[in-house]
Amino acid sequence: MNWLLVVAGAVVGAPLRYLTDRAVQARHDTVFPWGTFAVNVFGCLVLGVLTGAVSYGAASHSVQLLVGTGLCGALTTYSTFSYETLRLTGDGARFLAAANVVASVAAGLGAAFLGAALAQAVWA
Amino acid sequence: MTAPREQTTEPVPEPVPLPVPADEPCSPDAPVPPRPPGQGQAPVVAAVAAGGAIGASARYGAGLLWPTATGAFPWTTLTVNVVGCAVIGVLMVLITETWSVHRLVRPFFGTGVLGGFTTFSTYAVDVQQLVQHGHARTALAYLASTLLAALFAVWLAAAATRALMAGRAR
Repeated sequence: MNWLLVVAGAVVGAPLRYLTDRAVQARHDTVFPWGTFAVNVFGCLVLGVLTGAVSYGAASHSVQLLVGTGLCGALTTYSTFSYETLRLTGDGARFLAAANVVASVAAGLGAAFLGAALAQAVWA
Repeated sequence: MTAPREQTTEPVPEPVPLPVPADEPCSPDAPVPPRPPGQGQAPVVAAVAAGGAIGASARYGAGLLWPTATGAFPWTTLTVNVVGCAVIGVLMVLITETWSVHRLVRPFFGTGVLGGFTTFSTYAVDVQQLVQHGHARTALAYLASTLLAALFAVWLAAAATRALMAGRAR
């Protein structure tokens, strides 16, 4: 049952990243990977809220597996983030590569902390 | 590493003349052009979903096998992310520079399996949780080591694969 929850979340999360990336990159004529940045930061916010909700007893372990491990886990990606950063250094866009690393980590952490604070404000 | 070779008047034949598409993908998640034109994105989305299910299940399994105690260094997530980065380095070199593969291979493995396997959200929330529970030093060590190991893994894997393929083609 637990595996099915993870799978159910992932079959939504992974295509959501692909489709978001398509939509974002189609609107921005830039080599900066805004699509991956957007899904990663959004996923951090959702998982931050969810983890807080679970710790305050407002969400069950099943919801954590479905939305956290499955959906957020598949929606966000470290492999694409790393590969796109490497591609930017290879393309000579070293500033953009460094900016991608700093912005992704800073915004991702900011979103996780914001999510935790929101959960605390609502459920604590 | 680069042994000097005899200069010949004959042009050295390029090892692998690749049918590189004009818009060579710069990202594992780059959109796949529909073929035949007019066909929707349904097969690509299905491949991404199937791959994502496999990758996320593997990550969940790794978490069950090697659970991380509260406040401890999240070795499992770090390993999952670094392994996923190494594999994508190999995969992207093989399918964009060496092999001509079916158009659904990159969405399935790159976007789906590896995207589902690795996770940025758990990484960030792990850091936040460590800080919240008073393990700021562990959080900082985890933050930095994941980032450095992941970037090094993708670089090393891509460079090693490229070198190996160049050696084999010679």
